[in-house]
Amino acid sequence: MNLRSLAVCAIVFFVAGLSVASFASFREFLPGLLEGALITVEITIGGCILAVVVAVPAALAKMYAPWPLRWLAIAYIEIFRGTSALVQLFWLFFVLPHFGILLEPLSVAILALGLNVGAYGAEVVRGAVSAVGRGQWEATVALNMPRTMALRRIILPQALVAMIPPWGNLFIELLKATALVSLITISDLAFKAQQMNQITFRTLEIFTIVLVFYLAISILITVGMRTLESYAARGLARGR
Amino acid sequence: MTASSNGPMVKFENVTKRYGALTVLDSLDLEIAANEKVSIIGPSGSGKTTVLRMLMTLERINDGVIHVDGEPLTHMQKNGELVPADERHLRRVRGKIGMVFQHFNLFPHMSALKNCMEAPVNVLGLAKKEAEERAAELLDMVGLGDKKGHYPSQLSGGQQQRVAIARALAMRPKVMLFDEVTSALDPELVGEVLNVIRKLGTEHNLTMLMVTHQMGFAREFSDRVCFFYGGKICEQGKPEELFGNPQQERTRQFLSAVLEAG
Amino acid sequence: MKFWDWNYTLEILPALLKASVVTIEATILGFIIAAILGLALAIMRMSENRWISIPTAGFIEFIRSTPILIQIFFVFFVFPEFGIVLPAFVAGVLAIGVHYATYCSEVYRSGLENIPKGQWEASIALNLSPYITFRDVIIPQAIPPVVPALGNYFVALFKETPLLSAVAVLELMQTAKILGSETFRYIEPITLVGVFFLVMSLIAAWLIRRVENFLDRSLRNPGR
Repeated sequence: MNLRSLAVCAIVFFVAGLSVASFASFREFLPGLLEGALITVEITIGGCILAVVVAVPAALAKMYAPWPLRWLAIAYIEIFRGTSALVQLFWLFFVLPHFGILLEPLSVAILALGLNVGAYGAEVVRGAVSAVGRGQWEATVALNMPRTMALRRIILPQALVAMIPPWGNLFIELLKATALVSLITISDLAFKAQQMNQITFRTLEIFTIVLVFYLAISILITVGMRTLESYAARGLARGR
Repeated sequence: MTASSNGPMVKFENVTKRYGALTVLDSLDLEIAANEKVSIIGPSGSGKTTVLRMLMTLERINDGVIHVDGEPLTHMQKNGELVPADERHLRRVRGKIGMVFQHFNLFPHMSALKNCMEAPVNVLGLAKKEAEERAAELLDMVGLGDKKGHYPSQLSGGQQQRVAIARALAMRPKVMLFDEVTSALDPELVGEVLNVIRKLGTEHNLTMLMVTHQMGFAREFSDRVCFFYGGKICEQGKPEELFGNPQQERTRQFLSAVLEAG
Repeated sequence: MKFWDWNYTLEILPALLKASVVTIEATILGFIIAAILGLALAIMRMSENRWISIPTAGFIEFIRSTPILIQIFFVFFVFPEFGIVLPAFVAGVLAIGVHYATYCSEVYRSGLENIPKGQWEASIALNLSPYITFRDVIIPQAIPPVVPALGNYFVALFKETPLLSAVAVLELMQTAKILGSETFRYIEPITLVGVFFLVMSLIAAWLIRRVENFLDRSLRNPGR
């Protein structure tokens, strides 16, 4: 699927959604669903930002830091990748208050999902940085550049472009994982779907529309990432 | 900056390099005088590239000491003793050496000009304007003055290699290393790079050490040619002597094989 | 309130171990669905008939891009409207299986696409039927390289089984929640569940690496 057809799909879905909203009968449950969609998008954006903010230092620590920091990074990555997102969500939700950390459920959700996806993201970052050719490192040695400068100015910028597609997949995974927060009673799209279903029993319509909503948001994420990728690739002047 | 005007610019003293069970360089003794142009030739696996890579501190040595410009590179003086060099010492002495690689290794996300400015600004602390002038001058010298804003992906192999030479020169090294710099180029692009190297030799005060397969160039350009075999210098001497009248059997075999292929 | 009660931990261990059996059953059944359906989807996706390949591609994209939880709800709540009433366990395992079938189909597809065209051409030259071609020539070559990726999805599927708690299946997560709600001590059950998943993941990851090495070696020396 190229960029244009994806954008067309996203627009079609949104237009379809809006025209669907004009059907009086859908007015029963649509506003409720839209409220939930807003929460879903909020959590997605917050979680994605946290994931990136956590993944880059974790990856760099795992690759280059002295051993205490490195072990910390490895532990974080293995624990959050090796356990289930739902388990992590519940654990943080129930356990943090015991440490005196009182957070709103929404914040716990962003924290749990961000840390979860961040652990996978760290591996993506690590892979991309390792993939930068050895010759680039050797050139920095030949120019007498210190390692941190070489990483910052030469290696990471090149790793950035390779990272974008896998990050796009991870962001979509995060979007899908937001449905879990309905299980800790956050009023996201999944929660609202169940709620509206209990009220109106319009089961087929509600769940179909909800699935379409998620699809539309994930298409938007894909379109966004492809645009980002073409920007970044231009900076690398790849492909004349 | 310590500079010894009497001693050799580069000195390998009993240097050995091993990869596991394999000895790549075997107790190498090699001295290169200031402004001398030395070509290193030999079959693959003879250790010639390793010589350059160890000088550029891309590899660590197992035995011996390498000296650059009168002071040790791989070791340093501590309480009157010679101990393995720490990072600070390495960074100081390494600055006197520059290297051009077989596969150019230009930074793809920077233009030719920026490639040449990057290290002077961020490592030497030069002001941007000054670094830009220096970079532009060097790019002019290698014949790419009109391609300053071009990115590596927009340049041919020969052009990229010339940018790589300019980039190394921007750090004003005393010793320049060339590691098979034309081996990855299409034949018609080899000449432009060799011309630049020739120009460097005549117009600049540079000690130059080249690993090369370009025998004609080595013969015409170098002050001395070293033939490596099995991790040791099998034979060395003035180009006319080594190419014209090789003393060792191995040298003869290598030269005849190369001339047959070329 | 004490932070960690070891007595309580030992008390709840039997219940959790019983529940872990349900989790493992769900994982294995789900993966069987995913592995087999995934292969079928991959073959359909690569069909030359656009009436088959395009709807299949659409289906795969649709399932992959939407949350499993909603899909579980769909099977559990919507299917009955069409007369298909499934118990929670079946509904959940079915939804997870189909979801992961789409992931597996992408893995199979890349494995199949990596088969050199010459293999297909030789099969045609030898007049082998498509079925025999797939069975004896293509699949034996396509599967071994993708086994590690499939293994990773097996582990991922395993980690998704807590979703079944949303439809009240008595697997690990649900049991932990129930235990917690009885005593208001959630830390121990949930931590134990987390540790269980972590340990199983690490074991599975190690096993996958062993399989990878074994396949690597046997591919380089076929017949040995």
